[in-house]
Amino acid sequence: MSIFIDENTKVVVQGIGSQGTFHAQRNQAYGTDVVAGVHPKKGGTTWEELGVPVFATVAEAVEATGANTSMVMVPAPFTKAAILEAQAAGIATIVTITEGVPVHDMTEVYDTVVRRGGVRLIGPNCPGLISPGKANVGIIPADITMPGKVGLVSRSGTLTYQIMHELAQAGIGISTCVGIGGDPVIGTQFLDVIKAFAEDPDTEAIAFVGEIGGSEEQLAGQWIRDHIPDTPVVGYIAGFEAPAGKQMGHAGAIVKEGGPGGESAAEKKELLESYGIAVAMNPSEAAQLMIKRLS
Amino acid sequence: MDLVEFQGKQLFGRNGVPVPPAGSVCHTVDEIVAAAEQHLGDGHGAVVVKAQVKTGGRGKAGGVKLATTVEEAREHAESILGLDIKGHVVRVVYVEPASDIEEEYYLSVMHDRVGKGHLVICSREGGVDIEEVNRTNPEAVVKRTLTPHETTDGLAADTARKIVTQAGFPAEVVASAADLLVRLFAAYQAEDATLAEINPLIRRPDDAVIALDAKVSLDGNAAFRHDGYAEWDLEGLDADDPLEAEARAKGIQYVKLDGTVGVLGNGAGLVMATLDVVAQSGGRAANFLDVGGGASADAMAESLALVLKDPAVKSVFINIFGGITRGEEVAAGIIEATNRLGDFPQKLVVRLDGTNAEEGRQMLLAADLAQVVAAETMQEAASTAVALADQS
Repeated sequence: MSIFIDENTKVVVQGIGSQGTFHAQRNQAYGTDVVAGVHPKKGGTTWEELGVPVFATVAEAVEATGANTSMVMVPAPFTKAAILEAQAAGIATIVTITEGVPVHDMTEVYDTVVRRGGVRLIGPNCPGLISPGKANVGIIPADITMPGKVGLVSRSGTLTYQIMHELAQAGIGISTCVGIGGDPVIGTQFLDVIKAFAEDPDTEAIAFVGEIGGSEEQLAGQWIRDHIPDTPVVGYIAGFEAPAGKQMGHAGAIVKEGGPGGESAAEKKELLESYGIAVAMNPSEAAQLMIKRLS
Repeated sequence: MDLVEFQGKQLFGRNGVPVPPAGSVCHTVDEIVAAAEQHLGDGHGAVVVKAQVKTGGRGKAGGVKLATTVEEAREHAESILGLDIKGHVVRVVYVEPASDIEEEYYLSVMHDRVGKGHLVICSREGGVDIEEVNRTNPEAVVKRTLTPHETTDGLAADTARKIVTQAGFPAEVVASAADLLVRLFAAYQAEDATLAEINPLIRRPDDAVIALDAKVSLDGNAAFRHDGYAEWDLEGLDADDPLEAEARAKGIQYVKLDGTVGVLGNGAGLVMATLDVVAQSGGRAANFLDVGGGASADAMAESLALVLKDPAVKSVFINIFGGITRGEEVAAGIIEATNRLGDFPQKLVVRLDGTNAEEGRQMLLAADLAQVVAAETMQEAASTAVALADQS
C-alpha cells in the first residue's frame, strides 16, 4: 500500500500551460493515469502532448473520465477558484503545486475545502507526492527513488530529494513521499501525513523534514510519542542558522520576532528529542540515521 | 511587508478607522521644526515627534517625544534622527498633533497560522507590551479566533460588541470601540493584511476612540491585487540591505547574513540546510540565496553576480541537487555563468548531486575553470568553502 495516491489514482490537471504540460507528461511517463486537462476556453479539444481530452470544467472531466485527483498548476491569482472548483466537482484529493497564493485566500480555502469539506488538499507551494512504482503527482523527480518501506514527509522539495536519493543509494525505498509545502497555511499538515503513515501497513519507518516557523513539527512529534513510539522515526529541521524575523525563501519559513516562541530549528529539535525522536543536524545525517535504524 | 506607523495610519484612515489629525512626514531637522511650527500654529497644544522604524520599543529607546514648543521639537529632532533602535537607524520622522489621552487600550487583528483563521485580541490594558499583560493578567486579554466562514461579510457588529464588552471597555465607549473593531477587521481583509495592531487605542476626554499607533503587515503574495504595493515604497524608510533590495527587484530570493561564505543553492529548504552545514564546519554563511528549481544559466549568472557583490564574501558554496534539471544542465549553467562574470578572486566550491550528477561533475572538470573546486558531498563542500574563506 501507500498513502493518498496509488495505482487507482486518476488525475485531472488544472492549468495546462507549458509547466503543467511538462510535469503532467513526466507523471504520465512514470505510469500515473493522467485522464484529462481542464481549460475554460479549450473544452472539447485534445491535450496533444498527453493524448487525453480537455474539458472546460473539472465537473465535466470528472463525469467523463472518473478523475478522483486533481493537480493544480494555475497561476496564484486563480488558485483559490481552481481548488474550490475541484472540490465542488467531487475531487477527493487536490494537489496544489502553485506558489505565491495569498494567505487570506488559503485561509478561506482551508476552511471550506479541508475543515468543512473533508477533502484531502496537499500544498500549495509544494512539490506534490509520489508513491514509487504506483503514481507520481507533481514535480518530484521519480528516478531518484524506488518502492520501499520508508514514509517521507517534508516542507521542502530539493531537501526531500536529497534524502530520498541518499536512502536509495543505500538500497532503501519509499512507500510514499509527501511534500506538504512551505506556506503558512497548507491543506495537509505533518500530523495528517504521519497519522496516515501509521495506518499504512507498508510504511515501517518515517522520515520527516521540517523547517523553522510555525509549530506543526511539534504537534506531529507529540503524536508520535503518544501513539507510535516503536516506529523508527528520524527528522531534520532546516534553518538552524536562520536569523529571527527573516523569511527564508518559503513564505512560512520565518521565526517571528516577538512571536509565540518554539519556532526556531534549535527549539524544535530540542522538543522533538524530548519526545524520543532522533533529529539530525543536516540532511545527510538524517539519511544516515535512517539507514542505521533499518540495518 | 511591514509598514511604518504613518503608513499604517494612512491605511487605517482610508478604511474609516479613526486616527489622530494628519501629521507630517519629515527627513531633516529643518523639516521637523517647520512641521512643529505649523501644527503648533494651527492651535494644537503639543506635537509628538515619532521615529518611523519597523521595530517595536520606540518609546523606550527615546524615539517618541512630546514637544510643546518649536525649540523642544528641534531638540527632539536632533536626538531622534540617526538614532539606532535595535539596529534600525531612524531616517524618517512623523510629526503629529498630540492627542489628549484619558485611557489606553489594546486592539489587534492578525492571521492565525495555528488556528487557520483570523485572531482578534482586545484588552482594556493598552500602551504596554500585550504579551506581558497576557502573562500577568490573562483575564484582561480577550482572544477570539474567527473562521473565514464566520466573516464572509466582515466582522459582525454583534461579535465586535461582545469582544469589547468582555474586555471590560467602559460603557461610554463600547459602541464606538466596537464600530472601530468592525472597521479594523474590514481594513485587514480588504488590504490583505496579516497584522493590523493598535497599541495604544485611546479614549480621549471627549470619549472618542482613536488609533494612536498603527502596526500593519501586508501579505507580499497578494501584491498582484494591490498595484504591487508600490505606494508603500519610500526612500530612506528603514531601508533593507541594498543587496536585498536589488535581489527583490530581480525576483531573486536572497537574505543578507553576516558571514564570509557566499551560498547559492536550489530550493529554500536545501539552502537553509546549506547554511546549517557551513556553520557546522566552523564558518558562517554570508547570505541565503535560492536560485529556484531550474538553475538555468541565466538564473545562475544573475545569482552568482549578486552573491559576489557582497564584499564580505571570500568563497562561494554552490549546492545543487539535480532533480528534473539534470547534472549536465546545471554544470553548463555554472560554466556559462563563470565565463560571463569574467575574473573574480573568490573560489566556487561546487557540489552537485542527484540526477546525472557524475556527468555534471565530469563536465565541470573538463571545463577546467580556475575558480571552480568540485566536492562530492555537502559536508566536504562546506569544509572546503570554509577553509578557503578563512585563508583569504
